[in-house]
Amino acid sequence: MWRNLTKLAAQSWKGISSGGDVLLRTFLFGILLGVVAAAGVLYAVPAVDQYREVSIVSVAPNGGNREAFHINIPVDRVMTGSAGQSSGLPIGLKWPKDDVFANVSTEVFKVRNAKNAVVGVAARTVAKESDADLIDWIIHLPARGSLFVGMEPQPLEGGHRIGKIQAGSQEFDNLTGFVTESWVSDTSGEDDAPMGRIELLATYVSNSDPHEDQVAESLE
Amino acid sequence: MKYIVVLLFGLLTGIALFAVGLAYNPLVGRQALSPLAVTDSQTVLLSYSAVASDAIMYTNDGESRIDPIPEKVQQLWEAPIRQTSTMAMVLRDARNQVAGLGIKVSSAAESTRLLNGKVLVDSIWYVYLPGRGSFFVEQSENYWDYLRDIVLPAYRSSGGTWKGKWMGNITAGPGALGTARVVGGSGEFVGMEMLGVETLSVSAWRVEDGPLAAEGQLIIELPAAESADLDFELDDLPDDE
Repeated sequence: MWRNLTKLAAQSWKGISSGGDVLLRTFLFGILLGVVAAAGVLYAVPAVDQYREVSIVSVAPNGGNREAFHINIPVDRVMTGSAGQSSGLPIGLKWPKDDVFANVSTEVFKVRNAKNAVVGVAARTVAKESDADLIDWIIHLPARGSLFVGMEPQPLEGGHRIGKIQAGSQEFDNLTGFVTESWVSDTSGEDDAPMGRIELLATYVSNSDPHEDQVAESLE
Repeated sequence: MKYIVVLLFGLLTGIALFAVGLAYNPLVGRQALSPLAVTDSQTVLLSYSAVASDAIMYTNDGESRIDPIPEKVQQLWEAPIRQTSTMAMVLRDARNQVAGLGIKVSSAAESTRLLNGKVLVDSIWYVYLPGRGSFFVEQSENYWDYLRDIVLPAYRSSGGTWKGKWMGNITAGPGALGTARVVGGSGEFVGMEMLGVETLSVSAWRVEDGPLAAEGQLIIELPAAESADLDFELDDLPDDE
């Protein structure tokens, strides 16, 4: 078999070098073209292309940028889980019965921007600790990044809470700032209107060193 | 005409050769040993079932391979979140005791580059351990080895199932050594900047359902100072003997 293959390869090479077998050369050219085309397509066409809504960011009066999100209740609620609740959301949710979850509740939501378009997913966890209560948010905006916010457990005047941005990823990586959460009841009176909305107002402040930025720009 | 047919046949052969070469190129992918495997610092080890049906809740766009759990959970069908999945799960400690709650949100990453062996997913974890505190994990995961070693063989098998023993480190960044960034939120983790790694151990996978038997682990390396304090406290404990 090896002898036959070697013979075939030798004949092919002879055919190529002598310019005799055009068909074989066409086939080999096709292979080369296929390899180059596949590599080119993989290089040029992105395998993942996330859909983006335009970010609606405004400049805060005392520095930083501000972005408003909201969650329509109950339509944007994906999950509600807590110990002792008669019926969790969604139907069929089995919240763990272990004692460690006795004082924990978690909600998962879809998050909307100021134009009422869904732009991300958020989770809010509330826990009663012996020394202080805990209210944490994670807000994930695909293709943009994520925020981790630790809320002050005590509400401020007006009923809203404020929390520090403890960490961010991707475009929020170098930002600090804070997020406020507040509940706004619906007063429109329309039949299909939500009960209300949770408003999240994020204020981002750059954490990067301006001096370092200037050095980087001058190097460029 | 025959030249066009031969050219097309060659073109298809070339594409197939390229695909095979890419998938089985030993120089592409192959994640290195987890940097936390050799750490001297204290680590927090949390494990979870990576099978969606074991989760408290799992949701995606509703058209992916893995079905949302519970069945009537809202699906993430809107365009900006269509390539995102969310999972809430019970986390267990190294002694297999229930330790807390984990919420993982993952999105397909635009930095995916198949030519370089990078099938990337941007993900975040929120972890709450009652009595201990909470922390946030930000990572980029690479599923190239997972696809090559599990998914491709499953598609090739006649029953559409893969069985075996695969264990891999899926965290690929953003840390320089391929580690996740972990930020403490409350309790004993407050103010901490830590490193983390997520690993997956899979023993059965089916084309229709995804993982049938799989376990994940989150390994969090505590900062050296905290580890030293813990060591000191452990040294101070009276011996039982």
